[in-house]
Amino acid sequence: MIVLKDIKKSYQMGDQSIEALRGASLVIKEGEFMSIMGPSGSGKSTLMNIIGCLDRPTSGSYKFDNKEVSQLSDDELATIRNEKIGFIFQSFNLLPRFTAIKNVELPLIYSKLPSVEWHKRALEAMKAVGLENRLNHKPSELSGGQQQRVAIARALINNPSIILADEPTGNLDSKSGEQIMRILQGFNEDKGVTIILVTHEPNIAQFSKRIIHVKDGAVIKDEKVLNNKK
Amino acid sequence: MNINETFRVSLEALLANKVRSSLTMLGVIIGVTAVILLVSVGEGARLYIETELTGLGTNLLIVTPGKVDTRGGFRPHSVGTVRKLSYDDALFLKRRSQYLKEAVPVILGTANLKYKNLSRDITVIGLTPEYLYLRILKIESGSFVTQADIDTKKKVIVLGRTAKKELFGNENALGKLVTVGESRYRVVGIMARKGVSLGFDFDDVVFIPVTSAQELFDTDKLFEIITSVKNPENLDKGIAEIKEIMIKRHSNKEDFTITSQSDILSTMQTILTIMTGVLAGIAGISLVVGGIGIMNIMLVSVRERTREIGIRKAVGAKHKDILIQFLIESITLSVVGGIIGIIIGGGSSVVIPYFLPFYLPTQVTLWSVLLAFFFSAAVGIFFGIYPARKASLLDPIESLRYE
Repeated sequence: MIVLKDIKKSYQMGDQSIEALRGASLVIKEGEFMSIMGPSGSGKSTLMNIIGCLDRPTSGSYKFDNKEVSQLSDDELATIRNEKIGFIFQSFNLLPRFTAIKNVELPLIYSKLPSVEWHKRALEAMKAVGLENRLNHKPSELSGGQQQRVAIARALINNPSIILADEPTGNLDSKSGEQIMRILQGFNEDKGVTIILVTHEPNIAQFSKRIIHVKDGAVIKDEKVLNNKK
Repeated sequence: MNINETFRVSLEALLANKVRSSLTMLGVIIGVTAVILLVSVGEGARLYIETELTGLGTNLLIVTPGKVDTRGGFRPHSVGTVRKLSYDDALFLKRRSQYLKEAVPVILGTANLKYKNLSRDITVIGLTPEYLYLRILKIESGSFVTQADIDTKKKVIVLGRTAKKELFGNENALGKLVTVGESRYRVVGIMARKGVSLGFDFDDVVFIPVTSAQELFDTDKLFEIITSVKNPENLDKGIAEIKEIMIKRHSNKEDFTITSQSDILSTMQTILTIMTGVLAGIAGISLVVGGIGIMNIMLVSVRERTREIGIRKAVGAKHKDILIQFLIESITLSVVGGIIGIIIGGGSSVVIPYFLPFYLPTQVTLWSVLLAFFFSAAVGIFFGIYPARKASLLDPIESLRYE
């Protein structure tokens, strides 16, 4: 459960102060599949960075599973990211020198899980995204859709309570994009993983159950998707 | 973060840029090689001097006529007041002393040595029998000068290797008569090879009884008195005792100089230790330059891998995880470079002297190897910490956006 209350975030750019978020409030329940939409510069990326514990709000309260996390230290945030959050990026962000399975193992390196378990876990995750026959391929040897599935496997490996996907289909053709969305949808429905999706494509947002619209650093609209794509 | 995994990741990163890693290491390799090589040359020189000096006998105190002030500074020449050292001085010293084991009077001169139609000028040493073991010399055949020879001023001569070979060739020399100066001497012994010690060729000399030498050179003035102490720990007491006895005997004048072999040795040791240190220091500078090379390349590497750092941070890497990862890379570069440098430096210290046209003693020492190893590791840590810290402090969001 995520509760954001009056989150503000401002950046200093030279002697100019830019307010990326001006009091955003939001509640995301467990098991939700939510999209954040908004034009560029609306603050949706900033909002996602704060939800993903990559950044701290300037002011406001952020409760993650009833724990106030808005003013935690970098290392404490790193632990939350490691244990509770999985990231999926538009540009996949896989390590090019590592094989697919090693990329999937990456979060485990920083977890408390003993190293003998890593491979088994990573194998399961690769199976879950249907890439068990691509374990030892490097990212450059995989298609965009396959790379994004590796990224999903990586995001899932620590059994996070939420997955943050930042334009996960942005670099993919529509067919691969749809495939990715179905995989995400499957995890949401079968395992109850909370998914927060940032997108500017309305048809991609239609896969989720709820859409919020962000503009000028605030949530301006919060709607339920009645007939979401299956 | 699991430390084995960190090692593996760091190593893979280094192997991914083999040429770059090798070139970076080269700086450290050259530095460490230089340290090992120069220290081993310095240490070799020190050991050489030590071996040479101990090869000339240990526990020796040498009394020479005239006062030499080793503290330096200007002082007027002592004119005509130098009293010679005599054979009796030596006997007296030995009789009176409680710390000295021997006191050998030595007369040194040059005379013409002749056998049949062959002749040459040669260094003649007049001595007593104890000289043999004080200077650690050995007889090859025949016998050395004996006390009876001294007492009867017998004209006997012991030939050094070179002297024997030049005058007699392969002919047996024992019992033959040779002419020294004006008199005829009988050859009673041939010396075993000793070689050159600190520039003095102990093979190119002949030995005769000191009493015969007095007659030969028509003098009772000694070149030196070589004394040895019974117990090496009593070297200082021996010096004080010689001073006391000799000053009294020489009408309260200190007109002689006592040189201790160990004094010379320790002076030489000091000089050469300083020299070795200076050489190591100069070589150490190149090691530091190698370290700067590491820092430089690590900074480039951090910049290149900004995105990787961002990804690692996003999936939960803490400050110290990133710090250690990059630190291990720089330490690996410097330590592997150090080990290669030790092998090359140590190997060339052993091999190079064989290919040089002159004698260069080298000695690889454990302390220089350990010093080079730990210094290179320290260089890796010192020059690695800044880039590693820089990497660990990168902002994850900006790193992820970095192209």
